[in-house]
Amino acid sequence: MQYAPSPPSARPRRSLARFLPQAVLAPSLAATFLYVVVFALWSVWIALSNSTLLPDYSYAGFIHFAELWRNHRWTIAYTNLFLFGTLYVIGATLLGLLLAILIDQRVRAEALWRTIFLYPLAISFVVTGTVWRWIFNPTSGVQQLVRDLGWAGFTFDWIVRRDLAIYTVVITGIWQASGFAMALFLAGLRAVDPDLVKAAQIDGARMSRIYLRIILPSIRPIFIAVMVILLQFAIKTFDLVLALTSGGPGISTTVPAIYVYDLMFQRGQLGEGAAAAIMVLLALLLVLVPYGVWIGWQRRRERAHG
Amino acid sequence: MADLAVHDPLAGAGTWRRTRARLGVHLALGAFALYYLVPFAVVVLNSFRSLDDIGRHGLLAIPTSFSVAHWATTWNTLCVSGGCAGIAPFFWNSLEMAIPATLISTAFGAVNGYVLSKWRFPGSEALFLLITLGVFMPGQMVLLPWAITLGHLGLSNSIAGLVLIHCVQGLSFTTLFCRNYYINIPDELIRAARIDGAGFWRIFRRIVLPLSPPILIVTVIWQFTGIWNEFLFGVTFSSGTHQPITAALIGLSAAGTSVHQYNVESAAVLIGAAPPLLIYLLGGRYFVRGLTQGAVK
Repeated sequence: MQYAPSPPSARPRRSLARFLPQAVLAPSLAATFLYVVVFALWSVWIALSNSTLLPDYSYAGFIHFAELWRNHRWTIAYTNLFLFGTLYVIGATLLGLLLAILIDQRVRAEALWRTIFLYPLAISFVVTGTVWRWIFNPTSGVQQLVRDLGWAGFTFDWIVRRDLAIYTVVITGIWQASGFAMALFLAGLRAVDPDLVKAAQIDGARMSRIYLRIILPSIRPIFIAVMVILLQFAIKTFDLVLALTSGGPGISTTVPAIYVYDLMFQRGQLGEGAAAAIMVLLALLLVLVPYGVWIGWQRRRERAHG
Repeated sequence: MADLAVHDPLAGAGTWRRTRARLGVHLALGAFALYYLVPFAVVVLNSFRSLDDIGRHGLLAIPTSFSVAHWATTWNTLCVSGGCAGIAPFFWNSLEMAIPATLISTAFGAVNGYVLSKWRFPGSEALFLLITLGVFMPGQMVLLPWAITLGHLGLSNSIAGLVLIHCVQGLSFTTLFCRNYYINIPDELIRAARIDGAGFWRIFRRIVLPLSPPILIVTVIWQFTGIWNEFLFGVTFSSGTHQPITAALIGLSAAGTSVHQYNVESAAVLIGAAPPLLIYLLGGRYFVRGLTQGAVK
């Protein structure tokens, strides 16, 4: 602890100065408290109130939650989240890992490869979604290209197919996020104890075996961190889908975050929108709380073992 | 760093096998690089092609026409988001939003991080936890409260309102980053300065700030990129000519029925992506550092 009581003879100015750190922190604390606690509770209140087009703070109970779960669009939205979330997290993790392992083979121009794989992370979802929409568009993108090359019957029209459009979101999402996974995995691979690898090599183990048995298990915490962060991205996915498919065709690629926005600002259902937002928060907590507990447990164990 | 030769997976293999494997690795990387680079190449090339060329051969084709005129059209006269003054006003809106919000949130984050690492007091760890919770709060949870609050403050549909939101929301992130960095500055340095009679601000100016450039660069890069690219708040709390560029660009992809001016729209998309992309290319090292620190800690 840094603080020390000032001597009793201190002038008033000095005793005030003792609280300078707290005073400096106060505005930020007030703002964050407002943002994290007050605003969140405010949303909960709206969800439990009679609010529809305008806020109406009379208590209504859980009717908006009941409405929400009866709603067909909401069913589609969270089913899409499960499907998209699973494929996106697994896809981006595996691709990121593969790229990291490839780059870790003492390749030439390593910085260049890293720059190429990571740049999508610097670009907004809106830009990403817009460009990929053009690429998936049957009349201007890949389908047209292949047909022009001579394969007249080639079809790649996922983006206009109700049952397949969600996979275009997956492909685009993986494009955007796999570089992020790569960067984290690469940092992890570089931190693996080289003596372990050396010992295995001396024993004559094949490199594929060394990766599976020694290197990958030792970076397990990174796997978990990558997947938790990607899951969090998936749950918050909003602008990517809006730019890529606008939630369509029809409502086939709606996700919860879009539905929240839609209820609040297009349909004037503030209460139900807030209820849907709370479901998004719960989904996040479902991912983050176990992760936080696990991290805390790990830290304690590390400390206990020195 | 470890002795790299030890880590060479192909050590001991024959020269030919070794060359072949290395070639394979590079070919695989090259194939993946296509997946990442094609979208970028598509917008760059199409921003210089004529509509006739694009209409005839599609977006994914070798250009048979070249003109820089579409860039001027995009900047000055593109019709988007209810106006026909080009993408320029939205670009300036985004700058006007991202620069102050980045600087203010970083300044507060640095001072907060300094207090929470070097001037800890009973309960400060709990306050740190509260502040970091803000990092995870989904935007949807605070949309309605912000809408009502901005209305009361008279900041609806204004860049100032968006600056306020990004400052408050960004505080969590900048405080987390700076605190985790400052915690590694030895306490002895601070203690010695206090014995010499230096106070709170003097220690910050003379000791902590001179050690800060690495973390401040990371924070500024991340804040700027995040705020520039942010969409949900931008589209919810602004409309028409007050929109940041991400909110305006969605109009391009949503205009499903009208005929696309792909060349002009490609240029618009590139302009929307340019500032963060430039920062990434110039400060990539810091970008990656922020990424790994933010994620693992």
